[in-house]
This record gives sequence, structure tokens and C-alpha cells, in this order.
Amino acid sequence: MSTVEERVKKIVCEQLGVKESEVQNTSSFVEDLGADSLDTVELVMALEEEFETEIPDEEAEKLSTVQDAIDYIVAHT
Amino acid sequence: MSLEGKVALVTGASRGIGKAIAHALAAQGADVVGTATSAAGAEAISQSLAAAGFKGYGIVMDVSDPDSIESGLNELTEKSGSPLILVNNAGITRDNLLMRLKEDDWTSVLETNLTSVYRLSKAVLRGMAKARWGRIINISSVVAGMGNPGQGNYCAAKAGVEGFTRSLAKEMSNRGITANCVAPGFIDTDMTKKLDDKQREAMLEIIPAGRLGEPEEVAAVVAFLASDAAGYVTGETIHVNGGMYMG
Repeated sequence: MSTVEERVKKIVCEQLGVKESEVQNTSSFVEDLGADSLDTVELVMALEEEFETEIPDEEAEKLSTVQDAIDYIVAHT
Repeated sequence: MSLEGKVALVTGASRGIGKAIAHALAAQGADVVGTATSAAGAEAISQSLAAAGFKGYGIVMDVSDPDSIESGLNELTEKSGSPLILVNNAGITRDNLLMRLKEDDWTSVLETNLTSVYRLSKAVLRGMAKARWGRIINISSVVAGMGNPGQGNYCAAKAGVEGFTRSLAKEMSNRGITANCVAPGFIDTDMTKKLDDKQREAMLEIIPAGRLGEPEEVAAVVAFLASDAAGYVTGETIHVNGGMYMG
């Protein structure tokens, strides 16, 4: 079983079309990985699906880096 | 214009324009799923597609009911996969002059003709975004632009659909998803058969083509918009009205 971190990074790569080597925990989706607003919505939906959870809009807005997403998933699943 | 292997969802497909659209898309190779509000209607869709030698079938869906939309979509996704073509065609009229237009008539027309477009479009976008290809085609009406006495509710809903379509087109363009409207004029269907002779005559007078349109003439434009050939057309309303209104 992969760790949360590995699963989150895998989804980030798939959704944003970036290489695994480009994805650091500190990477910002928008600034470092080139996500636009629609990418971030799709990313959140993909995370919801993968981790079978619902991320409310006000929480989703706060997820700006890979680490933010990992922390959120760890705390809420 | 091959739509081979693509699932197309057409609401209100048991008769009239919706039926013609279902057949036109199936003729291009799409796997068509048509909706009707009754089991008999759904069965009629399955039969008419089969009789024409096309793939596809009917399902029961009441587009004014979110639960019914959800269960219908689940059924079709399980059977056929995510639709990459959505034609929001289902519509109703509850005509009356505004001074006598009841709140119920307003609400039900808005629910069925406008809110359903929001609900269904939202529900299918995920699959289209993943596929990086999608076609949303909303059937508007010439009266969205012209206005029509006795149809304040219907005109409001259809004009709403056109504005919604333009926003959607802007949101989803970079995912290969287009959103367009087709605005039929006076087409020979059950909906226009409701009009009395006097209303009919008055309408014919303002149609330069001098005749009603056929459902197939609307369906042909929908089939074009659904095709790869129309990939750069988005946020547009195409009028099919024999010249009665030119925006």
C-alpha cells in the first residue's frame, strides 16, 4: 500500500501533467506546477475520489501546496 | 463526422426534435442514450433506434428531479460509460400572459428548461474533462432572442440557457469541450401543434421560408456541432428558423 504522500503526488502528476521529479512537498500547484483555476478544481475532485472524502470549498481554497494536500488528507481520512 | 464509440446523451428523445437528434447522432455512429419521463417513452426510444438499425436505448429520467437525473446517469454510465456528448433538449411550455402567469408555471418551466441544463452539464463535465473532449449542445429557441407574448417563463429560461452556454464555453474550452446552442424557430412538432390556426398563420407570415421547419433540419446542425469538424465553434447560438429571426 502506497503512503498518502505517494498517492497525492501521483494524482498531482496525472492531473497537472508534470513529472514526478518536479513535484516537491513545497511545490505550489499554481506557481510551481502551472495549474490554472480549472486544474485546481479537477485536482481537488481527483483527491476526493482517491481518498473517498469530501473537501469543502473553503478548505479546498487553502490547499495551495502538495504538503497542504497531504496534511489535509492525513487529518481528514 | 464519425462519432463512433462516443456515448451521446439526449434528453427528451421520445419525440419531436429530440427524437430526430437521437437518430442523427446515431447515424454518425454514436452510442445514443435518450431520455423520456416514462417507461413507455424510454421503451419507444429503444424501439425506434433499433428499428432504424442504430445502437442505443432509452432510459427514464425526469430532468426536473435531481434524484432522477442521478439514477439515470448512474444507469447509463454503468451500461455505456461516461457521455462525451450531451444534448439538453428536454423542454416544456406553460404559456400564459404575465398578468395571469402563475408562480408554478414559472417555476416548472425554469426547472425543466434551465436548471436541468445546469445539473446535467455539471454531471457530465468530469468525464469530458478527463477525456479532453466533450460536446454540450443546448436546444434554445428563437424566442430567447425575439421574445414572445405569453411565454415570459419560456423565453427567460431559453435566454438563460444561452447565457449559461457562453459561460460554460469559456470555462471549458481549454479542455477540448465546446458548448453551443441551437435555436430552432417554428418546427413541426407536438409542441407547435398546440398552437391554434390563428397563431400558426401569424407565425407563417413572419417566416421568409414560408413553411415550418422539420425536426431533422435542427438535428443536422446538432450533429455538426457534435462532430470533430466543429471543434473550434464554441459559445455560439446557431439559429435554424427559415429566416424568421437573424439575431
